[in-house]
Amino acid sequence: MSERITKNMARNIYLGGAAFAILVFAGLTVDTVQRVPELSHSEKITESVAEGKNLWEVNNCVGCHTIMGEGAYYAPELANVFDRRGMQDEAAFKVYLQGWMAAQPMQEPGRRKMPQFNLSEEQVNNLADFLIWTSRIDDHEWPPNIEG
Amino acid sequence: MKYNSQMVAKNYFIFALILLAGEVLFGLILGTQYIAGDFLFPEIPFNVARMVHTNLLIVLILFGFMGATYYLVPEESERELWSPWLANVTFWVFAVAGVVTILGYLFVPYATLAEITYNNLLPTMGREFLEQPTIIKIGIVIVALAFVLNVGMTVLTGRKTVISIVLLTGLIGLAVFFLFAFYVPENLVLDKFFWWYVVHLWVEGVWELIMGAILAFVLIKVTGVDREHIDKWLYLIIAMTLISGIVGTGHHYFYIGTPTYWLWIGSIASAVEPLPFFLMILYAYNMAAQRRIEHDNKMALTWAKGTAVMAFLGAGVLGFLHTLAPINFFTHGTQLTAAHGHLAFFGAYIMILFTIISYAMPIMRGRPNGNGLKAQAVELKSFWMMVIGMLGVTSALVIAGTMQVFIQRMAGADSLSFMATQAEIVPVYTVRLAFGVLTLLGLLTYFYSFFVKEEAA
Repeated sequence: MSERITKNMARNIYLGGAAFAILVFAGLTVDTVQRVPELSHSEKITESVAEGKNLWEVNNCVGCHTIMGEGAYYAPELANVFDRRGMQDEAAFKVYLQGWMAAQPMQEPGRRKMPQFNLSEEQVNNLADFLIWTSRIDDHEWPPNIEG
Repeated sequence: MKYNSQMVAKNYFIFALILLAGEVLFGLILGTQYIAGDFLFPEIPFNVARMVHTNLLIVLILFGFMGATYYLVPEESERELWSPWLANVTFWVFAVAGVVTILGYLFVPYATLAEITYNNLLPTMGREFLEQPTIIKIGIVIVALAFVLNVGMTVLTGRKTVISIVLLTGLIGLAVFFLFAFYVPENLVLDKFFWWYVVHLWVEGVWELIMGAILAFVLIKVTGVDREHIDKWLYLIIAMTLISGIVGTGHHYFYIGTPTYWLWIGSIASAVEPLPFFLMILYAYNMAAQRRIEHDNKMALTWAKGTAVMAFLGAGVLGFLHTLAPINFFTHGTQLTAAHGHLAFFGAYIMILFTIISYAMPIMRGRPNGNGLKAQAVELKSFWMMVIGMLGVTSALVIAGTMQVFIQRMAGADSLSFMATQAEIVPVYTVRLAFGVLTLLGLLTYFYSFFVKEEAA
């Protein structure tokens, strides 16, 4: 194969192919950015949801958990934790999460440990609002079942 | 060595190897925590060890790329480096910043680290692989600019070769795409979408240009094959890389809240992604078969062939295994991703560094024909220990991921919870840890090969 292709042809395939790929990807990016607000219900991003996302980040939650399948694989998926533990009831989920966060780290020998993050009651509610909002993103019905 | 300024590469290589030892060590800590959940808790929680593990990996690869660049660019450009002084200064700035960051992870709670580095002014922390405090990220940009300036001035005022231009393109791409690390929108979906602009377009885009250029340089040196021929192959490989890799970013846009068309666009484009890696195998083996010289440094060529094969297995085969959307629906976010990541990074980016280090270090240490036979024999042993070690680690992770899919996701009403599933996988994680230990022993053997004494000829 390589005998029939000259160096100039190879270079043109590289430059032309790369330019084409960049154009396609740029076009799709523009379209995606326009459609994400609807798919993610961005109008429902309240101040509390935004603060929850910030707390998610500055406590490095993604260092153990996944969220929509991305992150570390050491602790459960949390994009659907509202469905799994909150039974679609926002108030019940907040009560659950307050209790869960307060109970860490659990004193069970050998079990994977979640640190104590010393969050205030309001901060845990922010985190809950962020996880509730995340659970409603249209992500093509992922994960396959409730276990994440 | 043709130019004195190539010598600045030495510090970069040595420091990259030291960081690699730390990276593997923290990998073993993580592997142990998968078996004994309270290991080193609360001193080093899993998330902290993981940050150290992944950040060391990224930083050591950057050090390795910089060392490789400083070594090969003067020789390609047929002139001294534009500013060896700047290269030495950026080495120390980057090294100190890297060490401070790692110590910060280890000794300061992450939320406190965010607070004392004023993350609230420009929040960029807490995203996978991009956990560095904002001020460190700004430092990385400054170091990258100084580096690109130094290399760019050398390349553009000297002899321009395909290798040096491709390398420079890759390095500029690396710097440009890192800027997306500063964009953290409130919307998690957009956040994830552009996060991949850094992560995917680095690893499956511009880094492959850098890898291809380094591989081409070493192949020319150790096989003596005509440059025209090497250049043509390099163009074909990077053409396939960018054609498949850029739109192939779409295989990360299946289940994170992005439009439906990514399901098939991402599947099709990324199905082609193994091709450039397959070409790399043909390339390395063809050049070796057509070699016109018998270089005494056999190990450099061994690593060159090895990196092509292992990158194909890790990035190509293990990637393809779960890149189609209907399969990825079940494998997304399991240990299969970890398996792919580990073998791809080792095969493509760690082994290309071993390739250039094995070629260049002996020369910088006054042995233009490579290390002696005894040292090379030790190095060959370390090659196989690390290759088998990493194949073992990733095979175990493939089994672990497959178990997750079947036990946790496909068992209908009998599906186990995440934590119960993990408990089932512990025996496999134990095998993984054992192969991880073999990898570390291989690395230590590699280090030992630097100190093997040869009898005077």
